[in-house]
Amino acid sequence: MSITTFVIISIIKSLAVVGVLLTAVAYSVWLERKVSAHIQNRWGPTRVGPFGLLQPLADGVKFIFKEDLTQPHVYKPLYIAAPMIALVFAITSISVIPFGNSVSIGPWDTYLQITDLNIGLLVVLGITSMGVYGVALAGWSSNNKYSLLGGLRASAQMISYEVSLGLSLVGVLIIAGSLSLRDIVDAQRHLHWNIFLQPVAFFIYLISAYAETNRTPFDLPEAESELVAGYHTEYSAMKFAMFFMAEYANMVTVACLATLMFFGGWLGPVFGPPLLQMILPVVWFCLKVFFFMFLYVWVRWTLPRFRYDQLMAFGWKVLLPLAVANIVVTALIVAWRA
Amino acid sequence: MFHLILFLFFGALCVAGAVNLLVQSHPINSALSLIVVMGSLAAEYLLLGAEFLAAIQVIVYAGAIMVLFLITIMLLNAGKEERTKGSRIATLLGVPGVLIGGVLVAWTLLHRSDMGSVPIGALWGDPKSIARLLFHDFLLPFEVTSVLILIAIMGAVVLASRPETGARAARKDG
Repeated sequence: MSITTFVIISIIKSLAVVGVLLTAVAYSVWLERKVSAHIQNRWGPTRVGPFGLLQPLADGVKFIFKEDLTQPHVYKPLYIAAPMIALVFAITSISVIPFGNSVSIGPWDTYLQITDLNIGLLVVLGITSMGVYGVALAGWSSNNKYSLLGGLRASAQMISYEVSLGLSLVGVLIIAGSLSLRDIVDAQRHLHWNIFLQPVAFFIYLISAYAETNRTPFDLPEAESELVAGYHTEYSAMKFAMFFMAEYANMVTVACLATLMFFGGWLGPVFGPPLLQMILPVVWFCLKVFFFMFLYVWVRWTLPRFRYDQLMAFGWKVLLPLAVANIVVTALIVAWRA
Repeated sequence: MFHLILFLFFGALCVAGAVNLLVQSHPINSALSLIVVMGSLAAEYLLLGAEFLAAIQVIVYAGAIMVLFLITIMLLNAGKEERTKGSRIATLLGVPGVLIGGVLVAWTLLHRSDMGSVPIGALWGDPKSIARLLFHDFLLPFEVTSVLILIAIMGAVVLASRPETGARAARKDG
């Protein structure tokens, strides 16, 4: 493949992935509103389009036309940069996620993934760990005590749960023997999904992922009953929408990672003509990700919020020792078998 | 060629961040400049081919340690530092000292013949070989370092803990 075709294919792939991601973000907001409404015996959005399907579009237009307030007491450079930091890192982290097998269009063969790195998983973890800055700086630069408390809570919580999140994935890495997400999925062929081999790790990952994305029951950074709206109290219009989009983009990434690490990624029954064989893996992948997104919403509207000291104690005293124990046991079994 | 341009760009960014770290008077801006330094160092590692090291640099330094710096600054609500004129001796001796030191280092690096140079992208360090080095060839120093860190953590806990009675009372309240 020459450099030019490589660049062109990369650009096309990047545009497609970002486009799909942003659409997924918009419709996960719709999903959230719809499911929460049905859980509470309401209808949710019904007016704009069939089943309210055009509601995300209307919301987007509304966000753009709202007045963009900037309070006089904020520290302006960081106040403006913070939502951008949050959104940029949330979107970038999708870049190494593989969606399916390789496809061939005419003479070109390409993987359904922007780029395949042999440290793919570490790249995702690294980029999501940088996302903390958006929230922390938003809280600090707003110069408001609620925002500051929200920002502090968010950064402390995200650092704490990142440790158990990272450690929960080590067991999977020991089994797969690679950091490349593509190799990890390939190691799960014939229904050797890691959910069966690493159930403890999966639940640690799932819980930590809720905390990482600041979702209920871990949404202390924006707990409205005590902090007004937490770190984004002073934000309005598109700047607020950027935080919102970053949160949902992070959810999508975390759901993709759960699918790839524990649920065999795009693996599933593949049959039929060549075109169908190309599409089916992507369909399986999307279905699994959708399941996790639904689970997110379901949990949010079912469970109440933690208290902050409970949250910290749970992270450090329960999840972390469990994750370490899981690594030791997995390593021992793998070494014994070898 | 493209790699070289990127390498020089991130090198310049790294130095600019380091200078900005010293020049800024607000602690938050200094901390953010340090993050830029860490990030561009990671990019340099990546360009040299050491992917694992680059990822770890971002996760550990930029993603975790610097967040702790930031939390500390936010918690203390540290304001702007006052600009002082500085001592005269520091200016008189410091600036020539830095210049001479820099020239010396550059000269030694350029004129040492036994030092091999690494072409861009050739510093191959995959996770497996790094793991073999850490957990096989250099196991003892690695474990001793971890004990050292443990001692530091225990020291921090002792220094930060409240007096015995106060801590117990607080635990009963909680």
